[in-house]
Amino acid sequence: MNFVTTIGLEVHVELKTNSKIFSPSPVQFGAEPNANTNVIDWGYPGVLPTANKGVVEAGIKAATALHAEIEQETYFDRKNYFYPDNPKAYQITQHEKPLAHDGWLEIEVDGQKKKVGIEEMHIEEDAGKNTHASTHSYVDLNRQGTPLIEIVSKPDISSPAEAYAYCEALRQRIQFTGVSDVKMEEGSMRVDVNISIRPAGSDTYGVKTEMKNLNSFNYVKKSLEYEEQRQQRVLMSGGQVQQETRRFDETAGQTILMRVKEGSDDYRYFPEPDIPAVVISDDWIHDVQATIPEMPGSRRDRYVNDFGLTPYDAGVLTQTKEMSDFFDATVAQGADPKLTSNYLQGDVNAFLNENKVDLQDTKLTPENLAGMIKMISDETISSKIAKKVFKAIMAGSEPVKWVNDKGLVQLSDPAQLQPIIDNVLENNQQSIDDFKNGKDRAVGFLVGQIMKQTHGKANPKVVNKLLMASLQAR
Amino acid sequence: MDFFNQDLTSLHADLVAKKISAAELTQATFDNMAKTDAKVDAFLNLNADAALKNAQAIDAKGINADNLLAGIPVGVKDNIVTKGLTTTAASKMLENFVPVYNATVVDKMLANDMVIVGKTNMDEFAMGGSTENSAFKVTKNPWDVSRVPGGSSGGSAVAVASGQVPVAYGSDTGGSIRQPASFNGIVGMKPTYGRVSRWGLIAFGSSLDQIGPMTRTVKDNAAALNLIAGNDVHDGTSSKRAVPDFTAGLTGDIKGMKIALPKEYMGDGIDPKVREVIQNAVKQFEDLGATVEEVSLPHSRYGVSAYYIIASSEASSNLQRFDGIRYGFRAQDVKNLEDVYVRSRSEGFGDEVKRRIMLGTFSLSAGYYDAYFHKAGQVRTMIIDDFNKVFNDYDLIIGPTAPTPAFKIGDEISDPITMYMNDVLTIPVNLAGLPGMSIPAGLADGMPVGLQLIGKSFDESTLYKAGYAFEQATDFHQATPDLGGTN
Repeated sequence: MNFVTTIGLEVHVELKTNSKIFSPSPVQFGAEPNANTNVIDWGYPGVLPTANKGVVEAGIKAATALHAEIEQETYFDRKNYFYPDNPKAYQITQHEKPLAHDGWLEIEVDGQKKKVGIEEMHIEEDAGKNTHASTHSYVDLNRQGTPLIEIVSKPDISSPAEAYAYCEALRQRIQFTGVSDVKMEEGSMRVDVNISIRPAGSDTYGVKTEMKNLNSFNYVKKSLEYEEQRQQRVLMSGGQVQQETRRFDETAGQTILMRVKEGSDDYRYFPEPDIPAVVISDDWIHDVQATIPEMPGSRRDRYVNDFGLTPYDAGVLTQTKEMSDFFDATVAQGADPKLTSNYLQGDVNAFLNENKVDLQDTKLTPENLAGMIKMISDETISSKIAKKVFKAIMAGSEPVKWVNDKGLVQLSDPAQLQPIIDNVLENNQQSIDDFKNGKDRAVGFLVGQIMKQTHGKANPKVVNKLLMASLQAR
Repeated sequence: MDFFNQDLTSLHADLVAKKISAAELTQATFDNMAKTDAKVDAFLNLNADAALKNAQAIDAKGINADNLLAGIPVGVKDNIVTKGLTTTAASKMLENFVPVYNATVVDKMLANDMVIVGKTNMDEFAMGGSTENSAFKVTKNPWDVSRVPGGSSGGSAVAVASGQVPVAYGSDTGGSIRQPASFNGIVGMKPTYGRVSRWGLIAFGSSLDQIGPMTRTVKDNAAALNLIAGNDVHDGTSSKRAVPDFTAGLTGDIKGMKIALPKEYMGDGIDPKVREVIQNAVKQFEDLGATVEEVSLPHSRYGVSAYYIIASSEASSNLQRFDGIRYGFRAQDVKNLEDVYVRSRSEGFGDEVKRRIMLGTFSLSAGYYDAYFHKAGQVRTMIIDDFNKVFNDYDLIIGPTAPTPAFKIGDEISDPITMYMNDVLTIPVNLAGLPGMSIPAGLADGMPVGLQLIGKSFDESTLYKAGYAFEQATDFHQATPDLGGTN
């Protein structure tokens, strides 16, 4: 029997704001437990939340990146449940009137392009964190009130590979808006998936199972692949899929039952009375949209059309906003686009992989990279010397000054090179004879001698040209 | 010292003229409280040491001649948080709770040199109309100590009515300032929703709660509202509208004012003696040159039902934070997390609070939300429309504040529906977010009866203007209870 697979994703993205969504406490990683909290985050008696305008603006940017329609008026709801990491015993979220709805993302799997619909996108607050010791449990409210957006897909995804591509596309577009780091490993992007299968030709969805908080895009794909096959086995053997929450065991590569869902939880949602509805005017949307950085697709087109890069290179450079911004900034400093692309994908990437660092954490700047590339272009240095210059840059040196200080400027002036060539020829009559007898190897030897005399600084092109002329003249 | 014979204007003159210092006034207040409060139990917790220090500091820098409230002793309802001063909301849940921050209104009181002398008793978490729901004590009506003071701001009302302080602040979610003002023969104002910051007011019904002043006279009340009103960055629901000087325009002249009297506020269920007092008040307004015409607020009758659904639903969510985890009461010998929640809340909350949490939780539950919470919201809109229609043609609505004068302690506490009907005339005002004020309008069988004035949104000024004219033309506000020679 053939089955049709339907996959839904709920993606939480942590917004990179200075302060929390409903309190002025700072948002940052790695602080002492409960250091970034105040009376609002503690859910103290008498406190009130006030909406952070920056969060709404970040939401408008994300919604725009997801091609979603933004509501003219949106409001918050309370989701009620007791848990120690949830100090008010309700989460302020959006249930009835989310900030945006009906968006889409384009994905590509095996060369096939497809649009995946987005049901809605809303803003909400994150909870704190509980940790459990043998006799006590601890509550850290630093994360309480961190702004999140939740993006809910339409049931348009029909394979684990598409789910993977959807995660990639979503991460990339959100990352380019600058509203989030979207890093799975730091928890600033979290993915919940649900999957159901039904016999081909059936028009009712099968019973779905859920998996929450998957740790990587790879696990998203693997867990869905496992679950797709498990559900097929259940149905093929005459069984029924249960509505349940499962966990993906990464080592075993299997999903494991956590709990069976009986009915739905009753969160007693109702409109949050402490925060007035947020009215979003067209002017406000336009002002915010004007600040959204260029999206990857547009950058790729520009790199191919304006700079003559290959579509492959343009794709690699637009994987992350950091890399693409760095490329643009370097080119803006006057560096040759193709050389810049080569260096970023070659030496720079190798350095980042080798040292396991991010581009922004290195000493490399668009200014010093451009400085080096310009010296290559105008033949001030050779590509061989450039290897040394790159190392010096990564160790903190300014390239032009470093090259000058080290006396590594390439010798290209014929007036300086000719006496050296003449001197080498004077002392190597045998090589001149060999050359005259048609032995080309002699040229290589002579160039080597000239390079030796100039400590490798002679411009090989100029040397070749002058040497040939001199040999011919003898 | 008592405050029966001196209003703020005269006290202020004495302070400025240094006939009395703020410290002497504060000391005299505590001396009087020692005698008077023993009879009426208005206060839960006194602030004696800090109050005297504050008063001395105010004396040291001098009384601000432009501030009617400088150096004046004030009582604060115990659901308004005061930094360093125990704040219980009259609940065992917060019995030893010492806040680490001040409510915005408290900051304003302190910044304007008011002297907070103590925290006043109330129904637990402001749920009730008699102050009998306090976990700690029953406050008595100074006009007859066998009767309730009303509620939930019963302590603040009695603190003023028994002459202990010239001004106290309360909160009003469905009538909790106006009904006790009516029962005690004082002036109580529930401002427009959004006029006063709710930051630091322990929430009951967030879309209904407002803090307001309780005083002996209308002018005192206007000054006390000026002090706390205005936008607050901590409260997104507080209005950015400019705050007028409410004491301006108190001329006594209300000629041509158009006043509406809703027939629903004078019908069955209103004590005939109360009705008579209100009819006399109507005549008084006509004598002052105003016109009074009968109008209809047809959906008022659904107000109590809608209110108890909306307020209880919001309360059920607001009170979830009292979970025994971070502060407040926690049950002993608990076995697990669920035990912490269930037992702390079962043991920490009183019956009325539990009743409303259950009512609200039910109203918000899946399958019942549409029939209850959502329907109540629709009723609320119809009540607002009723008021809007009347205010197209009238400046002001008047009627009784409460259907009866103060009832006997113990009479209604076991009958929640009868107790809830006490609020039938005040609740629609909260649902519509309008300003409402109760002023003394006379006595019925020796107990005070309040006249309620209801204004357009953010038009407290008209209430004060009309209230002042009425007060000047009558002497009801000068009547004082006899507490057996202590005053």
